[in-house]
Amino acid sequence: MINIALPKGRLGEKVYELFEKAGYECPSIKEKSRKLIFENEEKGVRYFWVKPSDVSIYVERGAADIGVCGKDILAEYSPEVYELLDMKTGICRLAVAAKKGFYDDGRHTLKVATKFVNCAKRYYAEKSRDIDIIHLNGSIEIAPILGLSDVIVDIVETGSTLKENDLEVIETIFPISARLIANKASFKFKTREIENLTEQVKILLDEKEL
Amino acid sequence: MIEKVLKQEERISLALRSLYKTYGYQPYKMSKFEEYDLYVANKEFLVGDGVITFNDTDGKLLALKPDVTLSIIRNSADKAGKRKVYYDENVYRVSAKTKQFKEIRQVGLECIGAIDLYDEYETLTLAAGSLAAISENFVLDVSHLGVLSAVLDSVCTDKAFQRAAMGYLAEKNVHETEHLCDQFGVGADGKKTLLTLFTAYGEMNAVLDKIAPVCKGKAKAAYKKLQSLCKLLSSSNYADKIRLDFSVVNDMNYYSDVVFKGFIDGVAEGVLSGGRYDKMMARLGRNAGAIGFAVYLDLLDGFNEEKSATDVDVAVLYDAKTSLSQLTKTVEKLVKKGCSVSTQTAEGVVRAKETVDLRGCKR
Repeated sequence: MINIALPKGRLGEKVYELFEKAGYECPSIKEKSRKLIFENEEKGVRYFWVKPSDVSIYVERGAADIGVCGKDILAEYSPEVYELLDMKTGICRLAVAAKKGFYDDGRHTLKVATKFVNCAKRYYAEKSRDIDIIHLNGSIEIAPILGLSDVIVDIVETGSTLKENDLEVIETIFPISARLIANKASFKFKTREIENLTEQVKILLDEKEL
Repeated sequence: MIEKVLKQEERISLALRSLYKTYGYQPYKMSKFEEYDLYVANKEFLVGDGVITFNDTDGKLLALKPDVTLSIIRNSADKAGKRKVYYDENVYRVSAKTKQFKEIRQVGLECIGAIDLYDEYETLTLAAGSLAAISENFVLDVSHLGVLSAVLDSVCTDKAFQRAAMGYLAEKNVHETEHLCDQFGVGADGKKTLLTLFTAYGEMNAVLDKIAPVCKGKAKAAYKKLQSLCKLLSSSNYADKIRLDFSVVNDMNYYSDVVFKGFIDGVAEGVLSGGRYDKMMARLGRNAGAIGFAVYLDLLDGFNEEKSATDVDVAVLYDAKTSLSQLTKTVEKLVKKGCSVSTQTAEGVVRAKETVDLRGCKR
């Protein structure tokens, strides 16, 4: 039995469909209920929905053998897991954005508001830029408008939220997509099962690309 | 009875110490404190950052041991032959998960001296034996940094490339490795070579066959060393549990040749970690090789332990009216019968299989 942690929401539903097409269906997951765990014994899979940012924790701690989460989460928390596949879905990017016309003259400490503290610190450390990190948990876009920060480091999908708030992307830090991750110990003892599932999903993704 | 009293980690510690003793390893007891300088100079060798420091009465800065190996190296003199020691010590480190200091019980061994193929074989079989003492469902993954560094050099000598590639190898991350190769202008052959090594894992001989074509030049000599080691390991009792997997990586500034990691089915992290650290010895000015490993007992907390439905066999209830001589006699009688007993003045404090109620008994 492979335990699979899926991120709640649109991305998770999309990913489940992919698993279903790959032959790892679990019909009960589509029934309307408040259940969080779904099992198909015959196919040897057990799915559960968890908060997207928690998927890597479930996998790292071994409560799930594999899971799907965004590259942003992996880059931010660096969990001890295997990253087996780029699922080429949930595509967006981690970017630096600021008020339109913002110019960093480099004369002051740059105030950076973000949820992704580690990614932002790493990015600016590589550029040797002195920054003041402001850790926010949501509505990051409001920070430069109210003067709380000079720039924000956040996920940008289409850029429409930024546009509506008179902000613009000034640098892209790295591209993001959903990744299939596995617990290192689980991979040792369920190698064949995890490899088969990864292979089937990869075939589907490659077909889609063609 | 003693078996019942022993905690899981104590049972495992006894089994491991007895195993190491059988192979002539001597117990090594060290001081809880060490001079802070030792750790600062070799910070990257430690598993995590963060050392608990304090001033000694003479003002010298000391640290609570975050690591055992460095102390053993420092306290062993360069002599002919090999020094083989085992230890069972608590170390103090910042946990990567909680970012707080944690006390970790660590049992392990070190072999210091002119390390040869037999020593590598013995250390690996003892590592496998240690895992077998914990559970029969285990895997010991073995990697070889000599092979890895030679193959990396043959693909691209850029340090930034090699650092990133090692990170992706540890994640079994094929897609990012491909991007990295493109980014650094590594050609199709180089990419193929790297991915052959990165995706080779499993049964020793199968992996050796798979990687043989990419181990050319400098890598060939390292490959031959690994091949000889695998040949010996194939005839050991644990041949089916030992696998080759190059995703086991360690800092190449300290480790060389063979490195390994042990996993137990049911434990989410690797419980055993080790390797050959000749480079570390050289950094400390020592003219010898060394190999060793540690088993992290804290990771086994609660593993395979049956949850007991009761705390004691018998709860004996008494109150102010109960005759004390009757109470003592009752307790002694039960203990003689081999029962565990808890005397209590209220019900429900302990979970007992049986309750003897002496409340109100004056006689």
